[in-house]
Amino acid sequence: MLAVQEEYHWLPPEAVDFISRRLRVRPSRIYHIATFYRVFSLVPRGRHVLHLCMGTACHVRGAERIASTLCQQHGLRFGKTTDDGLITLERVNCLGACALGPILVVDGEFRGNMTASRAGSIVRRLQKNAAVEEGASA
Amino acid sequence: MPRLASAEQVRRYQESCRRRLEEFPLLVSLCHGTACCTIGAKEVAAAFEQALAGDQRVRFIRSGCHGFCEVGPLVVVRPLGVVYQRVRAAEVPEIVERSLRKGEIIDRLLYGSGENGKACATEDEIPFYAKQSRVVLALNSFIDPFSIDDYLAYGGYGALAKALSELTPQQVLQEVLDARLRGRGGGGFDAGRKWKSCRDADPEQPHHIVCNADEGDPGAFMDESILEGNPHSVIEGMVLGAYAMAGPGGVDGYIYVRNEYPQALKTFSHALKQAREYGFLGEDILGSGLHFDIKVSRGGGAFVCGESSALFRSLEGKVGEPRAKYIHSTERGFRDEPTNLNNVETWANVPHIINKGAAWFRSRGTESSPGTKVFSLVGKVENTGLIEVPMGITLREVVFDIGGGIKGGRAFKAVQTGGPSGGCLPESCLDLPVDFDVLTEAGSMMGSGGMIVMDDETCVVDVAKYFIDFLPGENCGKCLPCREGLKHMSRILHRITGGNGRPEDLDRLTRLGEAMTATALCGLGASAPNPVLSSIKYFRDEYWAHIYEQRCPGRVCRALISYRIVPELCTGCGACEKVCVAGAIRAVPAEERAEGLRREIDPERCDRCSACRDSCPAEAVTVESPARVTGSIPENVTEKR
Repeated sequence: MLAVQEEYHWLPPEAVDFISRRLRVRPSRIYHIATFYRVFSLVPRGRHVLHLCMGTACHVRGAERIASTLCQQHGLRFGKTTDDGLITLERVNCLGACALGPILVVDGEFRGNMTASRAGSIVRRLQKNAAVEEGASA
Repeated sequence: MPRLASAEQVRRYQESCRRRLEEFPLLVSLCHGTACCTIGAKEVAAAFEQALAGDQRVRFIRSGCHGFCEVGPLVVVRPLGVVYQRVRAAEVPEIVERSLRKGEIIDRLLYGSGENGKACATEDEIPFYAKQSRVVLALNSFIDPFSIDDYLAYGGYGALAKALSELTPQQVLQEVLDARLRGRGGGGFDAGRKWKSCRDADPEQPHHIVCNADEGDPGAFMDESILEGNPHSVIEGMVLGAYAMAGPGGVDGYIYVRNEYPQALKTFSHALKQAREYGFLGEDILGSGLHFDIKVSRGGGAFVCGESSALFRSLEGKVGEPRAKYIHSTERGFRDEPTNLNNVETWANVPHIINKGAAWFRSRGTESSPGTKVFSLVGKVENTGLIEVPMGITLREVVFDIGGGIKGGRAFKAVQTGGPSGGCLPESCLDLPVDFDVLTEAGSMMGSGGMIVMDDETCVVDVAKYFIDFLPGENCGKCLPCREGLKHMSRILHRITGGNGRPEDLDRLTRLGEAMTATALCGLGASAPNPVLSSIKYFRDEYWAHIYEQRCPGRVCRALISYRIVPELCTGCGACEKVCVAGAIRAVPAEERAEGLRREIDPERCDRCSACRDSCPAEAVTVESPARVTGSIPENVTEKR
């Protein structure tokens, strides 16, 4: 299941069926596990994934402000993908780089000492790039 | 490399590794921990490799975390022990030329240079290191975690060779019992006693040795750093444990690693492979007849899986739900068979105890909590990082001497230990010695070793709310006190921070918390109310300020604060207006300042995002509490499950 999750960034229903048949376990058990553990997602993730560290150290350094800015002003939701399938925002509990908090991980790349306005501009840049790409392909 | 088949061969091979390392007069050790990598250690490593290509005198390693994350990337040049901080790739040629070839010290890159204080050249001079006593982390900056030969050169696997050739399993167990090693994962249970009951459990069944590396506490990264910096010490500890606890039914090992630590997973898996090649794992280890191997299992991002019985369920491939523990896991744990579970740091301590003896181990620390403990010191402190100190050191020494005091010279408010199960300790508790029992008595706990320092800009109620909101997403939902209790505590805390607190709320929180402690199924639920109960105990006035005065003393809670631009400080540059998404900042007509018109904030429209404050070059934006305008602020958006 972890391998499928890593490859596709979510567990498609076909994969759940496949795992269930191969391992001879009921699909209900797979759903039980998939909904319990946070790494699994049953809906597709966006093209860009933002992980915001909400560990205690990042929290006291203002991660909550970043979170609400991203949510209120940029229409992101924790654990959800934007309607255009572009950005998924996830919360993680601690990334072990507390000296640099708050930390935002943009597609696997760590960005330390984050502020609400810098996070906002990252999101805007991702959106702009996507718009440019679309314009180019259209 | 052939398998090592006896203790004698291990000693000979250790000797040859040592000689091989001694051929290099200089060692350059670059911290390659998660934090340093984030701020450019990878580029520095590439630069070093390029500059040192073909150099026969210098051994360059990418080591595990050195601990002083605040000033990374760190480079240590040995044998002098000179520490260079905040090294950039562009500075590497200069270090190679001046420091390595000519033996000079580059003052500019030392710790403390550029400030009033004296620049510190070596580790011993830097206050951050000077007060520490490193055992588990001692080798971190000497060895390459991907090289078993490095570990062997510094005496690694010596304890195992000694145990298998000279000691009986009973003697190994006795040594750990005598050392009074207490579990470093949080509970502080006597590891020797646990080992003994596992050893004595049903001999027909296989015994399992499990290492808990599901370090879920936010703000804690000790286990990660040990796994990334010195993975072989954990393996050696586990093999020693297997030797002491093996029964006729056989013994096998597991490590449960958190999924958020890909680097640790990689390092540890590589170390396992090497240990197998050398014969420290597998069949007939060092000719002693012991069969033991370790399997790696990855977690799935669920905090509750750090709890022992939940961890076993998760290892079995099930959902990580704990169960009532009227039967110890040492009798029926993983697969309902005898299991000994210890934390990473506990295992890493074992080789030292066997090598140097129980008496040596007890010479550090306090009577009831001997040894050293690794803490991650984070939050609003000058020197963030990973530290290892003897037990019994006072919190004041940790925060002010090692940690260098509060960031920006602000006032100390509290230190939070033990993660979501621990509590906040105020200034009056700063002189308490750090020790399992003392911290528990004070209403907090040792926990796995996260220490989060808070200054006067932190709101205690907000932190308590943070922990209570953290847990409902993490608990398993099996027992009622934890599931419903947390929900109601969260509701009350949100009411308080939202400015709608009621006088009876504090009593309600206390009653709820005490009920949960008494009735929850596992340790997670029973300790969950600790952050609230301890903060009510020590910071009751802050709760009152929220409830009765609509005031947040830390100026954090959004509904109770408002932002204001101090007219005297505003330069009129307009930086704040550009970043304000709410459109709450406007220019005041006819008030010309050095760089433009003076700006002011319309509290009605401001959504308190702090963007203006972060961007103001003149630091003219202040936060005031109580708020000038109340209401109209939506609740902070938190994850709903």
